[in-house]
Amino acid sequence: MTKVAMTVNGKAVSGEVEGRTLLSAFLREGQGLTGTHVGCDTSQCGACVVHVDGKAVKSCTVFAADVAGSSVKTIEGMANADGSLGVIQQAFQDHHGLQCGFCTPGMVMSSAALLAENPKPSEQEIREYLEGNICRCTGYHNIVKAVLAASGQDANAIAAE
Amino acid sequence: MPKDHGIGASTKRREDVRFLTGKGVYTDDMRVYGQTYAVFVRSQVAHGRIKSINTGNAAAMPGVLAVFTGEDFKDVGGNPAGWLIKSRNGEAMREPKRPVLAHSKVRHVGDAYAAVIAETYAQAKDAAQQLADDTEIEELPAIVDMAAALGNTSNRVHDEIPDNQCYDWGWIEDNRAAVDAAIKAAPHVTTLELVNNRLVPNAMEPRASIGEYFPGTGDYKLTTTSQNPHLTRLLVAAFVLGIPENKLTVVAPDVGGGFGSKIYHYGEEALVLAAAKKLCRPVRWTAERSESFLSDAHGRDHVTKIELASDLEGNFIAFRTETMANVGAYLSNFATVTPTFLHGTLMAGPYKVPHVYVNVKTVFTNTAPVDAYRGAGRPEATYSLERVVDKMCRELNLDPFEVRRKNFITTDMFPYTTPVALAYDTGNYHATLDKVMEMADVAGFEKRRAESAKRGKLRGMGLSTWIEACGIAPSHLVGILGARVGLYDAATVRVNATGNISVMVGAHSHGQGHETVFPQIVASKLGVPESSVEIVHGDTSKIPFGMGSYGSRSLAVCGVAMDKALDKIVAKGKKIAAHMLEASEDDITFEDGRFSVAGTDKAKTFGEIAFSAYVPHNYPLETLEPGLEETAFYDPANFTYPAGAYICEAEVDAETGKVDILAFYCADDFGNIMNPMIVEGQVHGGVGQGIGQALVENTYYDSNGQLLTGSYMDYAMPRATDVPFYTVDYSCQTPCTHNPLGVKGCGEAGAIGSPPAVVNAVIDALQRGGHTHVTHIDMPVSPSRVWSAING
Amino acid sequence: MHNFDFVKPASVAEAVKALSADGAQALSGGQTLMPTMKQRLAAPTMLVSLTGIAEMKGVKVDGRTLTIGAATTHATVAKEAAAYPALANLAGGIGDPAVRNRGTIGGSLANNDPSACYPSAVLASGATVVTSKREIAADDYFQGMFSTALEEGEFITAVRFPIPDRAAYAKFDQPASRFALAGAFVARFAGGVRVAITGASEGGVFRWAEAEAALSSNYSADAIKGLSLDPSGMIGDLHGTQAYRANLARVMVQRAVAAS
Ligand SMILES: Cc1cc2nc3c(=O)[nH]c(=O)nc-3n(C[C@H](O)[C@H](O)[C@H](O)COP(=O)(O)OP(=O)(O)OC[C@H]3O[C@@H](n4cnc5c(N)ncnc54)[C@H](O)[C@@H]3O)c2cc1C
Ligand code: FES
Ligand code: FES
Repeated sequence: MTKVAMTVNGKAVSGEVEGRTLLSAFLREGQGLTGTHVGCDTSQCGACVVHVDGKAVKSCTVFAADVAGSSVKTIEGMANADGSLGVIQQAFQDHHGLQCGFCTPGMVMSSAALLAENPKPSEQEIREYLEGNICRCTGYHNIVKAVLAASGQDANAIAAE
Repeated sequence: MPKDHGIGASTKRREDVRFLTGKGVYTDDMRVYGQTYAVFVRSQVAHGRIKSINTGNAAAMPGVLAVFTGEDFKDVGGNPAGWLIKSRNGEAMREPKRPVLAHSKVRHVGDAYAAVIAETYAQAKDAAQQLADDTEIEELPAIVDMAAALGNTSNRVHDEIPDNQCYDWGWIEDNRAAVDAAIKAAPHVTTLELVNNRLVPNAMEPRASIGEYFPGTGDYKLTTTSQNPHLTRLLVAAFVLGIPENKLTVVAPDVGGGFGSKIYHYGEEALVLAAAKKLCRPVRWTAERSESFLSDAHGRDHVTKIELASDLEGNFIAFRTETMANVGAYLSNFATVTPTFLHGTLMAGPYKVPHVYVNVKTVFTNTAPVDAYRGAGRPEATYSLERVVDKMCRELNLDPFEVRRKNFITTDMFPYTTPVALAYDTGNYHATLDKVMEMADVAGFEKRRAESAKRGKLRGMGLSTWIEACGIAPSHLVGILGARVGLYDAATVRVNATGNISVMVGAHSHGQGHETVFPQIVASKLGVPESSVEIVHGDTSKIPFGMGSYGSRSLAVCGVAMDKALDKIVAKGKKIAAHMLEASEDDITFEDGRFSVAGTDKAKTFGEIAFSAYVPHNYPLETLEPGLEETAFYDPANFTYPAGAYICEAEVDAETGKVDILAFYCADDFGNIMNPMIVEGQVHGGVGQGIGQALVENTYYDSNGQLLTGSYMDYAMPRATDVPFYTVDYSCQTPCTHNPLGVKGCGEAGAIGSPPAVVNAVIDALQRGGHTHVTHIDMPVSPSRVWSAING
Repeated sequence: MHNFDFVKPASVAEAVKALSADGAQALSGGQTLMPTMKQRLAAPTMLVSLTGIAEMKGVKVDGRTLTIGAATTHATVAKEAAAYPALANLAGGIGDPAVRNRGTIGGSLANNDPSACYPSAVLASGATVVTSKREIAADDYFQGMFSTALEEGEFITAVRFPIPDRAAYAKFDQPASRFALAGAFVARFAGGVRVAITGASEGGVFRWAEAEAALSSNYSADAIKGLSLDPSGMIGDLHGTQAYRANLARVMVQRAVAAS
């Protein structure tokens, strides 16, 4: 066991971890941040995506010890300061971009990373960026719309083309 | 103007807020004081005899609390099949026992034969590995291929079942001779052999269960990823563990998708309960995805030969099918009904065909159990029909739109009883076909095709028209057909003293949005704000006995139960109002949340009535009880029959065989619509899954019964790049005639109607592109298969 | 996953020392190693993370040579290897954004998955694999699927690419994993054309000599229209038959030529 410290959603946290402790487990078990989900064991589904130092990563495929000292952001840190939904979260609700909600944290975190890199992505760019996030419920239609809307584009018009 | 409130409004989902902020609570998110971890030991071979299990080493490992094997459960009950199907010869189906843990034999890769409970997950995992090393299993030849399994008496999945056949079912057996004769005499017969590929449901949340036991009271609690907590309670309590139903609470909290796979009771649920009792500590288990692939009930897996007899103008005369349906190694709870009554009864489609006969042989193999998956039986029926109709059109050089049109049941024919015994109450198949053709600009296709050709691509258009029977089901009917349960549903409406409302429903939401839609109905009916209504679901200690959510039944059955309970609330409210307003009950009217004495300005608001119900200071108690709470159970009079027409436009890259879906159009008739936004979302999701089935998904077992597609590395899930924006319409509405909401159900439609549209589009593209020798490709129409078909 | 000790050296020298221990294994982005360890297919007793070594990170251009530190992520290469657009493009098409933010060129080359993308670029470019001990020419480095010239304790520190005049990578995704079902990297230098194929062969990444010869004399997609690879050495599995793989490899070469 070694002690690791990092910043999670703006708060300094620390905990005892084994070498094999995954970042996803550190967040879920250690920090009680169960919004980060685990949907596979082959690093493909993206339910576990969080940001490490501003970049989207699959927290099931990062050792907690390897990101000691980093700044981590999870779905729990995405709302506005007053607790209201952030722009991307709100767009997901407005456009029904989620059903069972299991893929949603990863989808929101990946979408946030996309919009940080590319503030006005095209439909195709969104679809490609979300390639590592599997959703079984929505057929992706409303997720893509939500991301278009979150970037200030006219999602309804684009989807109807 | 779109509505902003109540029935018909696209109210935004209230449950989204918790899911979007990471505050949903799924089973694996729960922490229970004193919890321990279960890990299952699963067979690595498809078929084998357990020679010995030495538990000593594993039991002695650090942190290990208990080890269970099949021996520990050999005297408790088994997990039963929900339907008893009879063979053509009148014999009952063969039903092997399905134990909690495999005993004496393992029957598929992933079959759990032991479990280890330890203080930590890692310790349990280490000990499970040890136990696997300490187990001796004599490998037997695997039975994988259905045709080879049938009639193979020397190699049996279950020693007591001589030919690996569960049943040989005919529907309707009395039709058989007439159908055979009609086909023999027909001017044209189109024959198609096809495979409905085996799928892994892949709800994104893996299955998980937590068992608890409270020694002080002898109560048990099971928190589990279920679509129907009461059904699970019934199965675990009455059939498997033999504990009193009222000593077991089953909670299905937030559930991350089901698609059928979480209807059924699985051995892991019984194990965590039994272990919790033995240890007097909570026991938890969460599947790793690789375990899900091996042990969740799979879907589809039919091999079918279908014949369509017609005249030369394309008027249908008869359909005849012969199907082998794989049930895997054990009968999962709905496994026997899916290939029969959910499939054979739909084999007339939306057509006025006079003769239909369906034969299904259901086969045991050394593969994971197969059961209902989104659509369940109806996608199989639709796929067979719509593919063979498409093939017939090509053979006779007829227009596929016209052929559908001339064979559709017309609106003046309802109610219409098909040769396979369903009584369609209403519909308008011509309307949805016209609509989808307009949406897809069928007339402009040739121009688009030419444009694709300039880019070197082959473009095709595929049509599929579909119907399903959903809102399962009338209990009296399913009882006759062999169901071992009733299929009603229930709701309790509790109006609280302050006027807000709790509605306890038997339906379970795992993505469907019940927490939002059900209040819309309450709001419309009682004239209260949606926000004053809370839906309670998923906890057997709180809700009335309902049958859960699957088969597009939530609204059409449970929603109607709630509607009936609301009627009772209004009736009771009138009574209270009559008392308060000193009027006769008959003179009280209820509108917009106000109880009034007709013809006067005397009135009480809904809130005043509610308050009075709980502060009954001067009630005439002999005729008026306090309280405002009502329960209704609703058992539908008939199935509901949503229907629709889908068009897929696809492009094929002949050099690589890759198929791109360019556009997908859906015109559906779901009857009345409660929340358009949610209906659209359901169709999107279903179509996404259908495109997945048609293009990329498949479950491969090799001849040794090893699962080759055991992870997302090899099992292809549709991704955002694989699908287009869908165009969805539900304006053609023929409300269901036998439920007061006029709703039909929309949860499975997309998955039913889409696969044949996709495959028809691909075949169309190849045919128009000059590859006229390609008349069929089995799903998934993967790049390799398309290329091989072109070049084969 | 079995437990292990975790160390994170700050220099190549420290890493050399750490990796000389028995049971020690390099960890770079973890995007291949971690799923493998979850399946208990690898069980090192010590993991030596290379991601804290500054000298192993980054993209440098020196004339017509591009050098990439082994611990440089795919995302960084996609963004910073503008001097070699085909390579940047390849890196930007590996996996998904989250994988690209962690996965590294060193890890990919050490692993030498037969369906991985980078090996084709390294082989077609005639790049040099720089290790903690020596420099290895691409033609000597790849030794069949999952097998390389790396020795026990040796690790990649950088890869040096000569920048071709024209180049492109064309990849056809395996529908499930999205690795290459077949991928072709074509690089045209003054001295001739090199073509490497990944994803298709039982033997891992390989150079297609016939295509190289044809393209060296006539650099056009049509030049290889009539060529074909022998299907017998190709991978045949549930995602594609051997004949299909052979065809796909050729089509990808043609598309790479057209795109370069
Ligand atoms: C969902 C997903 C999709 C992917 N898609 C693709 C794809 O399309 N194309 C593709 O090419 N790849 C793909 N990959 C693999 C990805 O590119 C990995 O990043 C890469 O294969 C390994 O790099 P890594 O840095 O993560 O290495 P690690 O996983 O850390 O290590 C891999 C192996 O290399 C060893 N190693 C690591 N670094 C060194 C070094 N410097 N010297 C010597 N040995 C070393 C390790 O000990 C280990 O054995 C995908 C991976 C995932 C999870
Ligand atoms: S849980 Fe991390 S990718 Fe699936
Ligand atoms: S909303 Fe259920 S998996 Fe995406």
